Amino acid sequence: MTEPLIYELSAPGRTGVKPPRLDVPEAELPDSMLRDDLPLPEVSEIDVVRHFVRLSQLNYAIDKGMYPLGSCTMKYNPKVNEVAARLPGFANLHPLQDESTVQGALYLMHTLQEYLKAIGGFAGVTLQPAAGAHGELTGVLMMRRYHQARGDMQRDTILVPDSSHGTNPASTSMSGLQVVQLPSDARGNVDLDALRAHANERVVGLMITNPNTLGLFEENIVEVVRIVHECGGLVYGDGANMNALMGVMRPGDVGIDVMHFNLHKTFSTPHGGGGPGSGPVGVAASLADYLPGPVVILDPEHSDDDHPYFTFYQPPQSIGPVKSFWGHFGVMVRAYTYIRMLGGAGLREAAEHAVLNANYLRSQLRDVYPIPYDRLCKHEFVAEGHFADAPDIRALDIGKRLIDFGVHPPTYYFPLIVHEALMIEPTETESRQTLDAYAAILRQIAEEARTQPDLLHEAPHSAPVRRLDEVTAARKPVLRYQRS
Amino acid sequence: MNSVEIRYNKTHEWARKEGDVFVVGISDYAQNTLSDVVYVELPAVGDEVTRGESFGVVESVKAASDVYAPLSGKVTAINKTLDNAPEVINEDPLGDGWLIKVQAADPAEWEQLLDSQAYADVVAAEG
Repeated sequence: MTEPLIYELSAPGRTGVKPPRLDVPEAELPDSMLRDDLPLPEVSEIDVVRHFVRLSQLNYAIDKGMYPLGSCTMKYNPKVNEVAARLPGFANLHPLQDESTVQGALYLMHTLQEYLKAIGGFAGVTLQPAAGAHGELTGVLMMRRYHQARGDMQRDTILVPDSSHGTNPASTSMSGLQVVQLPSDARGNVDLDALRAHANERVVGLMITNPNTLGLFEENIVEVVRIVHECGGLVYGDGANMNALMGVMRPGDVGIDVMHFNLHKTFSTPHGGGGPGSGPVGVAASLADYLPGPVVILDPEHSDDDHPYFTFYQPPQSIGPVKSFWGHFGVMVRAYTYIRMLGGAGLREAAEHAVLNANYLRSQLRDVYPIPYDRLCKHEFVAEGHFADAPDIRALDIGKRLIDFGVHPPTYYFPLIVHEALMIEPTETESRQTLDAYAAILRQIAEEARTQPDLLHEAPHSAPVRRLDEVTAARKPVLRYQRS
Repeated sequence: MNSVEIRYNKTHEWARKEGDVFVVGISDYAQNTLSDVVYVELPAVGDEVTRGESFGVVESVKAASDVYAPLSGKVTAINKTLDNAPEVINEDPLGDGWLIKVQAADPAEWEQLLDSQAYADVVAAEG
């Protein structure tokens, strides 16, 4: 049974709160501002509590079961992160407090900047961007400013491989630059001939997602970076897939000039409805002066060996702030906690297990689901949700059927370069038992696709709502409550 | 309509001659791969389109895809029906589901497009 909307629980005159008696003169709203056509719900306190508790019970979350949503890194969010973020000394700060009264917070931000520099191999980091795509925009604006500051004004193009995240071309367009898409070769790498053909004096840079959206490590990354640098361009690394690399490979070491981190993916903070993101950006020394300000630095004048003092600092050629105040501080506390709890060796182990889990699951499915780029993958892999002998079955049907088994479907229909894509990212969170269980479900569904295709077409059968009419929802969207 | 030859782009658009202009749409394979089309963004009448460059967007529940002009020229008409009934592209991609009509700058460009057999080979190669 579905939960009614809170408007549908409304009963005229019912209230949840009795305000105290008025002890100031009553001020009447002017008639012109009074409305009687607002359908505000009239409900009691218990109506509200029950409504939202019931809704919360319908939620699916990583705390309930496996959540291999490709590209999203839905790893477990350790509860200790929440304990740290709720410490009153962090939770009750005001962003306008004098810096001398928030030294603990500044210490945390400064240390997190240093950790991210060390993990990524960068010379500078800003913590401001609100999430990944915002970090991309920040990075592209810095790249543009870098060329302009050198008087290199004709550059207006960003090269984007077709295996990159969809946000890469979007961030390029947001920055007022032109996108040139590069094809992939047969192994899923950037087509080097196409790259060479487009590497010229118009290129601001290349945006590369590595590992790419096929879950494959760019085998020619050194050559890709060399070609782009040779034409005067910069290389932007989309760090959304850092969960495959942390502690193993530092993007800065292969010449990536600028990269965003997704604290909410790689560093285990809640996302996907669970909280805001955070997209710090790391840069090479050549770009450090353009970082959005302020960043947190150690103030040597006011520090001694036992008493470090931190302050805000505006880089000299900063592109300016990209976010109000200091970014999503609560997310930074969680990510910092995660890094401290794992340590350097633990971060590397997490990446290794994320890669191992993806390869294990791939090995359990590759004889049943076609995998077009079937080579050693990193943290995720992409299969086809399509069978030659069950042509009516699509990735969508497989995803909906998975819901019946109480697990979350993978990402489907992305990346676009794989037909009926099923993009599977188990993360390091899962044990061999949960991976085996997920593989068994997917193998059963592949069997059902041949023997009982309607079971898939009509799925989900056991969810609170059945197959949604996504087509009508997209063609004739209803975006707000309409009183019937 | 069978008597009128349709030619294709590798990128799954088609064009056929109709009087002085060329009618342009997306192929049956393209509509089937996209699945249910929910929104179409087209240029304005009078706009110039360039062969091989994007002239609009076809959005389905799966993806938003650019559509590329098979010929260069001026847009003389757009298919208004699609505003309220984008599903016509799925129902009749080569007929009523057309997108735009183009006054070709160089009608010989049409000869360079793929014929049905060559296009079928492209589709087969995509699997």
